[in-house]
Amino acid sequence: MIENLFPNVDWEKMWEATLETLYMTGMSVLITFVLGMILGILLFLTSKENLWDNKLTYTITSAVVNVFRSIPFIILIVLLIPFTKFLLDTIRGANAALPALIIGAAPFYARMVEIALREVNKGVIEAAKAMGAKTSTIIWKVLIPESMPALISGITVTAIALVGYTAMAGVIGAGGLGNLAYLDGFQRSREDVTIAATIMILLIVFAIQILGDFFTNKLDKR
Amino acid sequence: MIMPFCLSQEGIFYCFRKRSTKHQISTTIILIKQVVLLRKKVEYNMITISDVKKIYQSKSGPISAVDGVNIEIAQGEIFGVIGYSGAGKSTLIRMLNGLEVPTDGIVDVNGQIVSQVKGKKLREARQSIGMIFQHFNLLWSRTVLENIQFPLEIAGVSKKERVQRANELMKLVGLEGRGDAYPSQLSGGQKQRVGIARSLANNPDVLLCDEATSALDPQTTDSILDLLVDINKRLGLTIVLITHEMHVIQKICHRVAVMEQGKVVELGDVLEVFRNPQEQVTKRFVREVSQVKETDQTIDHLLTQYPNGKVLKFTFVGESTEQPLITALIRKFDLDVNILQGQISQTQKGAYGTLFVHLDGEEQTIIDALAFAQTQLVQVEVLRG
Repeated sequence: MIENLFPNVDWEKMWEATLETLYMTGMSVLITFVLGMILGILLFLTSKENLWDNKLTYTITSAVVNVFRSIPFIILIVLLIPFTKFLLDTIRGANAALPALIIGAAPFYARMVEIALREVNKGVIEAAKAMGAKTSTIIWKVLIPESMPALISGITVTAIALVGYTAMAGVIGAGGLGNLAYLDGFQRSREDVTIAATIMILLIVFAIQILGDFFTNKLDKR
Repeated sequence: MIMPFCLSQEGIFYCFRKRSTKHQISTTIILIKQVVLLRKKVEYNMITISDVKKIYQSKSGPISAVDGVNIEIAQGEIFGVIGYSGAGKSTLIRMLNGLEVPTDGIVDVNGQIVSQVKGKKLREARQSIGMIFQHFNLLWSRTVLENIQFPLEIAGVSKKERVQRANELMKLVGLEGRGDAYPSQLSGGQKQRVGIARSLANNPDVLLCDEATSALDPQTTDSILDLLVDINKRLGLTIVLITHEMHVIQKICHRVAVMEQGKVVELGDVLEVFRNPQEQVTKRFVREVSQVKETDQTIDHLLTQYPNGKVLKFTFVGESTEQPLITALIRKFDLDVNILQGQISQTQKGAYGTLFVHLDGEEQTIIDALAFAQTQLVQVEVLRG
């Protein structure tokens, strides 16, 4: 049955491509999460009437975030080729896609982190201050736990966007399902390969969404 | 571990200072505080606010939120600040733990100049000043037990001691068995109890209440106020509260400051302020609790019904509330006495009551009766006649 529907699909290759996609997504989500959190917390703290109210830092961070968020991903990949080459000494393979993926996604997630932190009840922050909490305590014990559901749903959305980015990165030779669909499917006019790769990508996206929703709901005690 | 010399005044200060680092002796300190209270040997100022000003810069020019306030609050006192919104009371209470820094003036809380210290010192000072809020400000992501532990985590208390102390506090505020509940599962009154337990975790010297009962229904308000009085008596805690409800002042405060446009316009014993309000704004607040709305209508109605005689308002304070004044009036004078409206309110320093009566009879008899009433420990006000 499957053989009839997808006569040209090499399942071993498909599995390999899926693993590559999973690897690229996983690594970039992980680093994007850390980087996005740092940038998002910095944006939040330096914003007006906040703990580190600092217009200069906020404006600069905000500008950097906006610039990288606005560049179309496919152009960002090309622009970053020299940087990637300098960093990894190659522009091919799954690892070579990571710098572009992270630089493309981290600013996007940083904005989501900032929005999530803004939703934290100001009164709770004030209460923590009144108890004599340091800023680091406020970050770790108030801001992050109190905004966790929004942080998780934000990283879910970012992870799904990253799956899409990995497919684009495939075009420049990073491997993965996008690469497979483009080279083996589109360029050789084997539509069944394209469709099979698309189905795999959809499955990954659904899995991420279900996982994200599960944790968001589990953590939300409001 | 605690030597008897701790009972001297310096000793108490010494213990207070060391408290944040030596949590294990905290209970003993409470005992000492109680002993001290019983002996009434030390009556020192816990809080001194001198010439405090706070000016905000706004687009339409500088706004004076607090304007030259001077208040001294004694150890163990329940001190209320009342005012309508925008009077500056919220800014004032926030200066007591450094959440707001005064533009000018000095705020001294238990020997610490809160208005000047910064960084680590300010954070340490804050640990001995508890605060509760109108909207409770609990962490929704933590259980009741974890919420109460939060200030202890900040103070660096070990896990085992934290849990033990949190359990003690839950008992104190009447929340036994609710430790694993999340704030979203609690009623408003229960949330405020968690807030109170949390504010007491580090054995503070002072408790600040920022409109702590304004979001609660009247019944819950009363139970929270009872809890505050209980804590004040048991732990000898100094309580400063701000409110816009005269009922709260009447029920638990020893002294009150009335604020209007950033200034304290009236300050004194609650009973004294109730008996003899000076400022317009104070009179309005006092009327809120001492006069039922219908009284005016009732009086109007009676004035038309009884065109003769006088309508009087008697104000009783303290002991005089127990005098049989009306009986004396009827026995001594040939008068018709008609009680229109009466009410007695309990305050922390005695009772306070008002009585509206209508007197009818010979003009001279009424004048004599008035003169007699004025010799009693009662204030008489002629509303008509």
